[in-house]
Amino acid sequence: MKRSFLPALAFLAALAAPAFADDPGPGGERPPVPKGGHQIYVFYCQACHMADGKGAAGAAVFPSLASNPRMGTAVYAINLIEKGRGGMPWFSDQLTPAQVAELVNYLRTNMGNNYPEPVTAEQVLPFSKPPLRER
Amino acid sequence: MERQTPTRRQLLNAIGLIGGTSAVYAMMTTFGHAEETRFPGPPKLDGARKGASVIVLGAGLAGMLAAYELEKAGYKVTILEYQGRAGGRNWSLHGGDTYTELGGATQKVTFAKGNYLNPGPWRIPYHHRTLLHYCKAFGVELEPFIQFNHNGFVHNIDAFGGKPQRFKALAADFEGNVAELLSKSINQKTLDTQLTPEDLERLKEALRNWGMLDGDMRYTKNLRSSSHRGYDLAPGGGVPAAPRPSDLFPLDDVLKSGVWNQMALYMNDEMQTTMFQPKGGMDMIGKGFAKQVGHLVTYNAKVTKLMQDKSGVAVTYTDMKKGVTATANADFCVCTIPLTVLSQIQTNLPDKKQRAIRAVPYSNSVKIGLEMRRRFWEEDAHIYGGHSFTSQEISQISYPNSNFFGDGPAVLLGAYSSGPAAYRLAGMTPEERIEAALAQGSVFHPESYRKEFVSGASVAWSRVPWVMGCCARWNEDTRREHYQELVAVEDRTVLAGEHASYVGCWMEGSLLSSLDAITRLHQRALEA
Ligand SMILES: Cc1cc2nc3c(=O)[nH]c(=O)nc-3n(C[C@H](O)[C@H](O)[C@H](O)COP(=O)(O)OP(=O)(O)OC[C@H]3O[C@@H](n4cnc5c(N)ncnc54)[C@H](O)[C@@H]3O)c2cc1C
Ligand code: HEC
Repeated sequence: MKRSFLPALAFLAALAAPAFADDPGPGGERPPVPKGGHQIYVFYCQACHMADGKGAAGAAVFPSLASNPRMGTAVYAINLIEKGRGGMPWFSDQLTPAQVAELVNYLRTNMGNNYPEPVTAEQVLPFSKPPLRER
Repeated sequence: MERQTPTRRQLLNAIGLIGGTSAVYAMMTTFGHAEETRFPGPPKLDGARKGASVIVLGAGLAGMLAAYELEKAGYKVTILEYQGRAGGRNWSLHGGDTYTELGGATQKVTFAKGNYLNPGPWRIPYHHRTLLHYCKAFGVELEPFIQFNHNGFVHNIDAFGGKPQRFKALAADFEGNVAELLSKSINQKTLDTQLTPEDLERLKEALRNWGMLDGDMRYTKNLRSSSHRGYDLAPGGGVPAAPRPSDLFPLDDVLKSGVWNQMALYMNDEMQTTMFQPKGGMDMIGKGFAKQVGHLVTYNAKVTKLMQDKSGVAVTYTDMKKGVTATANADFCVCTIPLTVLSQIQTNLPDKKQRAIRAVPYSNSVKIGLEMRRRFWEEDAHIYGGHSFTSQEISQISYPNSNFFGDGPAVLLGAYSSGPAAYRLAGMTPEERIEAALAQGSVFHPESYRKEFVSGASVAWSRVPWVMGCCARWNEDTRREHYQELVAVEDRTVLAGEHASYVGCWMEGSLLSSLDAITRLHQRALEA
């Protein structure tokens, strides 16, 4: 079957791009896969927004996601996670719409946020875009 | 994930993809079309107006080069720098250093004297002429960086039952099998319409010699294949001298190892040998630049606002030692602050420029340095510099490139990751990162890794307070929509840095960007 080999080629194409930059060599393609909203946060977001979600400040700021009234508008978070802005990278190339939905549901009901109405992968889909070749 | 062995056709397609660009490149150089460098030599900036002033934001390489050349041209130059040191991402952690990341975790580096970790830049291609030019001009001594080591390991949890194998054996078996498959397709006349009979003969000859095929055009266990992949018993002297050939790997495992990824890496123009590193740490370059322009720098100055009008530029900054805010004025401004930070600085630059500044996300990466009591990779595994790769989060480990055969502790790069793997490592505490590096890196040197470990240090670039990311990540869309806007001189201000180049995430890019930016700014100054 074709599918089994072609994804590897797609992966090569994805890797061929960062070769423009000083990047790690090929490797690291099998990190653990997160399960559930909390783990997705720990694996992808905690690096900047910190374990408690309160962010940090240096030359610029990682805003707090804890007790953040903007979490009340689910599409605000979805849009930012999918498209990025300034120092916030986009994750459309790393998280599936289902994972983004799980993550947003987690954020909206934890860290001092209380917006229990869940979002679904279908609601995320319109915001996600196919990854582009880097150059 | 279950993967199937590819058909021959799929394999040939893959080779076409890998070989394509380098083949084109080879053709271009033959005809003299490929230029290896865009460095025209130091800029000639004549006729600067007496007393004209420039304020440079950021004392990384881009900022310091701008300051150096502009001062030489006669401008009055000042530099504002957030940190208490110059160099920016050009940085090394030595024994005795302390580093506090965002979130507050502080690491005290306890490496032995002379040992260091290069958390950011670590290697310099031979064709980065701008950087090499200024290294020479500023007396920065360079030594070889061992980029390509055939004897390093490749580890893939999906191949060989998780056992690492030597790159040279995997690469030899990959090439040997490919040569054999291709020669079969010649025999099956599938290439007859593309090549003349003479060329087909030449190709067969090439395959035999490149792939180490035997007289029957088969890749088999013999001394020919062993001369590429390594012997079971190496050639010796005297009575027991005769070598013994080694077993070939099953093709299935060779393919699963993904070794063609590493092979392709080394083919990349930017990753080819010869490469260099400064003696004593990458920060020797920043220090070399700072020797020239350090007197112009105000340290611990956090720029918070950048305004310009018809009469000049006004930059507001906070002196973080004294906790006071001040404004610096100049006629012109070269801003090299990374976009991650600049996107949060108040400016009156036009909307389209601000949109460009916000449009470029940064990559992430994590590096971990591990000091080991002895050089077991040299003594036990015969690896002198270079890399071993793994599909685990740490992605690769790299061996030190100096003081070979030395006694006493040495620092190994225990991880260099990006993407999801690096986000997870970055989210850990420094202690957890070291533990992950030890656990995963042990796969290469199981007997010694933990036993010889002394201490470690890690830098997660997302948490570096003054850049909050690794490097600008452009793609075809953002290049088209925003790049020219980003680099254009806007009134009295121009942006420069790694992000304002097509040599992204290389020091060369930040220098080329800087030279182009100040040349255009100088033009503007002459017109003003
Ligand atoms: C992990 C990694 C590996 C790399 N590997 C290589 C390599 O092997 N070879 C290579 O050539 N290149 C490599 N690079 C790229 C190289 O480090 C950069 O391209 C180059 O150092 C960038 O220089 P710059 O002057 O553009 O930016 P920077 O060096 O980032 O300079 C910007 C300066 O602005 C300062 N600043 C930030 N905010 C403010 C503020 N608000 N006010 C005042 N000052 C501020 C910062 O402190 C910094 O000093 C690597 C980078 C990373 C992160
Ligand atoms: C590399 C660092 C980084 C990572 C990783 C990161 N963020 Fe952010 N995030 C930022 C920055 C910087 C901003 C502020 C962007 C701006 O300038 O508007 C931000 C802003 C946000 C905001 C908007 C907050 C507000 O009040 O406007 C949300 C929501 C958010 N991030 C969610 C996430 C989630 C969810 C993840 C994990 C998938 C994540 N971020 C990962 C850096 C990061």
